[in-house]
Amino acid sequence: MKPMKLVMVGNGMAGVRTLEELLKIAPDLYEITVFGAEPHANYNRILLSPVLAGEMTLQDIMLNDVDWYRENGIRLHLGKQVTKLDRRLRKAYAEDGTCESYDRLLLATGSNPVILPIPGKDLEGVVSYRDIHDTNRMIEAAGHHRHAVVIGGGLLGLEAANGLAQRGMDVTVVHLAEWLMERQLDRAAARMLQRSLERRGLKFLLPKQTQELVGENGRVAKVRFADGDEIPAELVVMAVGIRPNTALAESCGLLCNRGIVVSDTLQTYDPRIYAVGECASHRGTAYGLVAPLFEMAKVCANHLALLGFGRYQGSVTSTKLKVTGIDLFSAGNFTGNEQSEEIVLHDAVGGVYKKLVIENNQIVGSVMYGDTADGAWYFQLMRDGQAIGEIRDHLMFGQNHLGNAGHLGQSKAANMPDDMEVCGCNGVCKGTIVTAIKEKGLFTLEDVRKHTKASSSCGSCTGLVEQILASTVGGAYTPQASADKPVCGCTDLTHEEVRKAIKEQRLLSIPATMKFLSWGNPNGCASCRPALNYYLLCAWPHEAQDDPQSRFINERAHANIQKDGTFSVVPRMFGGVTSAGDLRRIADVVDKYRIPTIKVTGGQRIDLLGVQKEDLPKVWADLDMPSGHAYAKALRTVKTCVGSEWCRFGVQDSTRMGIDLEQAFWKMYAPHKVKMAVSGCPRNCAESGIKDVGVIGVDSGWEIYVGGNGGIKTEVAQFLVKVKTPEEVLEYAGAFVQLYREEARYLDRTVHFIQRVGLDYVKKRVADDAEGRRALYQRLLYALQGEKDPWRERSRQASDSREFETIEI
Amino acid sequence: MTQWTKVALLDDIPRLGARVVHGRQGNIAVFRTAEDQVFAVEDKCPHKGGPLSQGIVFGDKVACPLHGWTIGLGDGCADAPDEGCARTVPVKLENGVVFMEL
Ligand code: SRM
Ligand SMILES: Cc1cc2nc3c(=O)[nH]c(=O)nc-3n(C[C@H](O)[C@H](O)[C@H](O)COP(=O)(O)OP(=O)(O)OC[C@H]3O[C@@H](n4cnc5c(N)ncnc54)[C@H](O)[C@@H]3O)c2cc1C
Ligand code: SF4
Ligand code: FES
Repeated sequence: MKPMKLVMVGNGMAGVRTLEELLKIAPDLYEITVFGAEPHANYNRILLSPVLAGEMTLQDIMLNDVDWYRENGIRLHLGKQVTKLDRRLRKAYAEDGTCESYDRLLLATGSNPVILPIPGKDLEGVVSYRDIHDTNRMIEAAGHHRHAVVIGGGLLGLEAANGLAQRGMDVTVVHLAEWLMERQLDRAAARMLQRSLERRGLKFLLPKQTQELVGENGRVAKVRFADGDEIPAELVVMAVGIRPNTALAESCGLLCNRGIVVSDTLQTYDPRIYAVGECASHRGTAYGLVAPLFEMAKVCANHLALLGFGRYQGSVTSTKLKVTGIDLFSAGNFTGNEQSEEIVLHDAVGGVYKKLVIENNQIVGSVMYGDTADGAWYFQLMRDGQAIGEIRDHLMFGQNHLGNAGHLGQSKAANMPDDMEVCGCNGVCKGTIVTAIKEKGLFTLEDVRKHTKASSSCGSCTGLVEQILASTVGGAYTPQASADKPVCGCTDLTHEEVRKAIKEQRLLSIPATMKFLSWGNPNGCASCRPALNYYLLCAWPHEAQDDPQSRFINERAHANIQKDGTFSVVPRMFGGVTSAGDLRRIADVVDKYRIPTIKVTGGQRIDLLGVQKEDLPKVWADLDMPSGHAYAKALRTVKTCVGSEWCRFGVQDSTRMGIDLEQAFWKMYAPHKVKMAVSGCPRNCAESGIKDVGVIGVDSGWEIYVGGNGGIKTEVAQFLVKVKTPEEVLEYAGAFVQLYREEARYLDRTVHFIQRVGLDYVKKRVADDAEGRRALYQRLLYALQGEKDPWRERSRQASDSREFETIEI
Repeated sequence: MTQWTKVALLDDIPRLGARVVHGRQGNIAVFRTAEDQVFAVEDKCPHKGGPLSQGIVFGDKVACPLHGWTIGLGDGCADAPDEGCARTVPVKLENGVVFMEL
């Protein structure tokens, strides 16, 4: 027997999502009963448009079929509308008399379409557009009649009009306002949209007010307007808006004000009753898109599960029209006001229009037509409230322009054929992604990654995958604001919150941290444990307990695992300088352990590939060279050029500087790997421009650049400061990496860290604040004090030899 | 007839870790969970043969070190939506000694 009874009224997208979230975190808490007025289980309402257009079938859009309810022990009353609630006895009654009692009640009744109060509204052939029933009636009418009139030129109306036209009807859209989708688009974008829909054969009348629907033999035949005009119509679709469905809530006296009023915990004025979805009014807003509803679902489930943390604080929404072949995106406040500025690009002939509205150095709204490739990116910048000052010049040209091209330079998912590869790591084509999104009912980037593997490895195709997602599910896709992204599925806390707790509570081990923060899974997962281990060691050097089992195999074995399960060994060669003795020992080791491949790496040192795991400690001992940490989230190489000692152009001793940097920082662990380089003159032979810390010698001293990256997305390092002496190079570089160590999220490279906090912030902390800089540098030196070379330690003392030995039987 | 072979002491296996048992049938990974349960699974990921013994262990699962599939230790099977199973081998724990059926 489950301890409590939960009854849900309304079997739609928001409600069922809440149940899914609840079952994930508290599967045994409630005996659940669901009432749904429709005769269907839960389906993906937003995909009714492709169904109407004939691109998909009803079968395709089911999200949870009746088996799902059965498998989860949920009692399902389909086709039963709840008409009465008795809050005192805590019972819900359906029309047919079915009665269920509850401890908690969840209202998820959605909304009702608005029906214009005009003569003729009840004639046959007049429909709204909300559910499967409406869709079927429209498909049916399209088979028998010719003229359709859609009243309402908003998102829903246009999708309906497009679908009916695809089914061969002669469609006219009638709209009261001066331009289409006036709540999402400005006039210029709306004009372009209208023109391209006209080219597809749709007709428009606007501004135009409908006065009456005229019937013939009980069926609608004509639409008459306020100005006296008339047009033929055997099908009229009213898509003039929706109204939160609060009838039931009002009938039992719950406070409603254009929606059932809920708190940040999604509770109504009766604390036993929760409401989510379009029927709810939160801080005065009732939402009409699924992304915010899903956010509500998560918070609501958390409170139903009696966990009691998490608050819903409202959402910023974006819109995308799901008409195949038309690219349109809008988000936030796009009309602007006195304080705001606009950046506009308008190419009427090329069919591209983009507008960004900027306030206080942040994007607050955007409208895009024709080229929406960067919609998700702008939206993310907007939700993160990121300062755009530094990238403002390039903003309009998109993320590509900032060096973020897809693999073959594709940037527009809409133009890609289905068989074109999107994800180069996992070989996933566009068609596969679209099919998975539709058939499996996916809404988030994480879902798509899980189901298709696309964008789950190196991540360089993330932008493309987001576009495909957005154009398939419309406004239902919202990239999560990175500021509140939880560490992983084991917790709702962000990286920053976890780090803060570790520091403030003086947490010294992973179990202690998990206990204090009520981690969801007893020993976490493969994502959070390495992060926690790093955060602990970074916050409490020499005190926190290192946990080898929470490190990825490479860091546990101090070597890189290869595809066949053997390992590679990369000894350190400070600054890329070696000696005859070292080379000779390397040669001897290769012979002795029959190491199949020796390769010069891209980091100025030598890689021995194909070493058996059990040979590692012996190889290290015989090499007698320090670990290169080629396997670790740590300082990798400091590349150098020959510099002033030999080079005819060199103005600084870059080799010495590189060796000094590497010797100072070589045992330093970090959120991700860290690479440095030092060049002896601006010709920059050591490629300092694409390193986490790049140093370039000039006649009067050294220039320091930070945040470069030569990997997945090439990023050019940005100028931080110019200094005079080698000692200053050490101090500034050290302070910068310490800031990165203390404040970056695990697995963010320096470039990602700087993108998040802004270069100005880094300059303030490292260049401008002398005392702060010295303190950062001291903290780094303290952390590195007495740090051991892992190879020497393991080969000499054989500390936990279990890691390396197999058991023979 | 089932034949139980002693393979290791529980203490020889790190908690939330594994040891590789090298035998006639190839490599078997013997895992130890946080609660000292032991499992034995063929040391070969159903994806591309990665050595599961080298992965990060959590709950009763292991994350493969090569491409991060999650494999259930009890049944050797990959978590959905990935598909495929590694062979499991019966094991038992008696008085701190791990036996495997071979
Ligand atoms: C050995 C080497 C290739 C070579 O034969 O030259 C190499 C090999 C690997 N690289 Fe690299 N990278 C090597 C230089 C580079 C460079 C060039 C450089 O450092 O000057 C880059 C671009 C520069 C940069 O990082 O900014 C590079 C960008 C990457 C990336 C992408 C990083 C990114 O943030 O975009 C990865 C993936 C990752 O780390 O997540 C990666 C990952 C890897 C891994 C560790 C893959 C893995 O996780 O197993 C490879 C390990 C092979 C092995 O077992 O040894 N490797 N890799 C180079 C070792 C240099 C060294 O001496 O330590
Ligand atoms: C054609 C169409 C296209 C759309 N496109 C998009 C899009 O591209 N992007 C986007 O984000 N959103 C889109 N939406 C909006 C999105 O579908 C809704 O925001 C979402 O479905 C609302 O979820 P909900 O659970 O609140 O309500 P619903 O999904 O409407 O569920 C409410 C359910 O409760 C039932 N019910 C009501 N009262 C009772 C009662 N008393 N007893 C029993 N059952 C009751 C109703 O029958 C209904 O099944 C679209 C909507 C439509 C109609
Ligand atoms: S860049 Fe300058 S210092 Fe470096 S090798 Fe070339 S000339 Fe010499
Ligand atoms: S081999 Fe295990 S995940 Fe690829």
